[in-house]
Amino acid sequence: MKITMAHGSGGQSSAQLMSDIFGKYFNNEILGRMEDAAVLEVGGAGASAEAGASEAAPGPARIACSTDSFVVTPLEFKGGDIGKLCVCGTVNDLLMMGAVPKYLTCGFILEEGLDIDILDRLVASMAKQAEEAGVKIVAGDTKVVEGKGGLYINTTGIGEIPAGRDVSSSNAKAGDAIIVSGNLGDHHACILSHRMEIENDIRSDCAALGDVVGALFEAGIHVHTMRDVTRGGLGTVINEIAGSSGVRVELEEEAIPVHEDVRGFADILGLDPLYMGNEGKMIAVVPAEEAEAALAAMRSTEHGKDAALIGTISEGAGAFLRTRLGATRRFDVLYGEGLPRIC
Amino acid sequence: MEIREIIDYLKNYDGRPLKLMEVCGTHTAAIFKNGIRDLISPKIKLISGPGCPVCVTPTAYIDACVDFAKDADHELLTFGDMMKVPGTGGSLSDNKSQVNVTVMYSPFEAIEKAKADPDKVIGVAAVGFETTVPAYGLMLREARKQGIENIRLITALKTVLPALEWICENQSDVDGFICPGHVSVITGVHVYDEMAAKYGKPFVVAGFEAEHILACVYRIVRQIQAGENQTENLYRNAVRDDGNARALEVIREVFETGSATWRGLGEIPDSGLYLRGEYAAYDGGSRGLSEDMELPAACRCGDVIVGRINPDQCPMFGKGCSPMDPYGPCMVSAEGSCGIWYRNVH
Repeated sequence: MKITMAHGSGGQSSAQLMSDIFGKYFNNEILGRMEDAAVLEVGGAGASAEAGASEAAPGPARIACSTDSFVVTPLEFKGGDIGKLCVCGTVNDLLMMGAVPKYLTCGFILEEGLDIDILDRLVASMAKQAEEAGVKIVAGDTKVVEGKGGLYINTTGIGEIPAGRDVSSSNAKAGDAIIVSGNLGDHHACILSHRMEIENDIRSDCAALGDVVGALFEAGIHVHTMRDVTRGGLGTVINEIAGSSGVRVELEEEAIPVHEDVRGFADILGLDPLYMGNEGKMIAVVPAEEAEAALAAMRSTEHGKDAALIGTISEGAGAFLRTRLGATRRFDVLYGEGLPRIC
Repeated sequence: MEIREIIDYLKNYDGRPLKLMEVCGTHTAAIFKNGIRDLISPKIKLISGPGCPVCVTPTAYIDACVDFAKDADHELLTFGDMMKVPGTGGSLSDNKSQVNVTVMYSPFEAIEKAKADPDKVIGVAAVGFETTVPAYGLMLREARKQGIENIRLITALKTVLPALEWICENQSDVDGFICPGHVSVITGVHVYDEMAAKYGKPFVVAGFEAEHILACVYRIVRQIQAGENQTENLYRNAVRDDGNARALEVIREVFETGSATWRGLGEIPDSGLYLRGEYAAYDGGSRGLSEDMELPAACRCGDVIVGRINPDQCPMFGKGCSPMDPYGPCMVSAEGSCGIWYRNVH
């Protein structure tokens, strides 16, 4: 068997590749949790044991660590570029563990023929986004390979998890509510429009979600789970949470926010916004009694202004959608790579 | 009539068990997406028909596409869902390192590419039903007008009507048909009249919203109860009773009918469309592609395509055949009934 594009789609094929190859050799308890970012305990393990007598003594510090590689065509698109994307993507992965992003490293693979002016613009964009997100870029590497003028960037991020936060894909509980931070499918539709040379006003949602996450914690919400909704879309993320937390998730179809331009675009191409990729959207799973407060907190931010309450969690298993007309259907993770259909 | 009343009626239906066939894959997808089965009585069974052009394409066609694209002077354009359909020597996707294939979004891309690179021959994998045929016709009309010669169509274009006739002849237990919306835009609705009369079954054309499909099911059930067998058009904002005259004219100008092989159904006379007359020079070897792969004994592809069994009744469903590693094309395509069932029911 050979690698196909589906292995990079973020759906079932990607998961299979993870477990069949990487999971087989890199197996350890931290990686095994399969979270957006690894949570590491550093320093102070011994010290805290020694200071065990004092209740006020801090435990070991927890840091979150995540790495991501960015490959996108075109390099610049409406609403962003690969420079902005590679900061936002990794910063969001850290945020989803409840961490405060601090540092980034970056690795550039440049293809021969890349225009230096473009590189300059992309790196400037990266620096600007890093400053906005409050992260320092502290190490880097550059390699040049033969090719057609393309560019790939890897970023690794480190963040601190403040004491008292316990956010994990496996923490969703029966009775919780699910909130999505805004409209789905914008990035996917924007990139596809560029590639298909379709003129429209759809912009990528590429953004760092520090304001949304910050607002949740400032409002004192007891956030159980956060996930950024990237490749594979909401459908895949919801199924992963249902699996990791051992719960049943039910979404209200009509509550899921999709911009009408994106909905029209998706309809024509036979794509389902439920499985379309985003680069600046997240879901938060919170106790039902805090749902309204959490929604208000998210809506008070720039990147969460279209937030919506989209579903609930109950005991059981699997991911279900309650349709507009009141039917209930099960939905699964993304299979394959979501190709535009023939007719 | 309000949609709630229709749902109430269909939910509480307690007459004889009915089997209705949705012919078009887009309907199958919409039925799942909207949870329609959950809204109607279990006595009304919806079964999927042969309405996915990818799914009824025989292996020989995929092999012809792979062979064409292996030539260094050729570039093959195809819609995305053909990439993973298995051929004798693997799919286009499996052969990606050896073939020159580009996923297209419109057949007209062939004209730009052919003009930009006159030394290259641009192939177009033209697969589809009446809905997509006019686009290929218009593209070739334009190519001919501009004197472009380096375009070849490898066609697996089919017309739905002969397949419906086949089902009426061979599967008498289908009680009524949810007729394909997109195809009917081109053909109009009168094309179903003769079959409705001959086989005594209702043929109702529907759009793709949940309300359209429910209204269509409702009308079929009411017709059956009243002992009627009419053609009805419930998709009036898109489908004219006489069809699209301009599109039909393009089809007649560029194509002629001929025998075609449908996976699962076999060879059906006059169900294929092939380039005719002056346009025949653009044919990249489309005729006679009837060979289909030897399917494993457990594969029930043929029964699925004609609605004899539901996809999950096939022993290979999810066991040796899945969207990640499809055996039959019905599992590959977004419009294929097996793929739709797998994504929704699995």
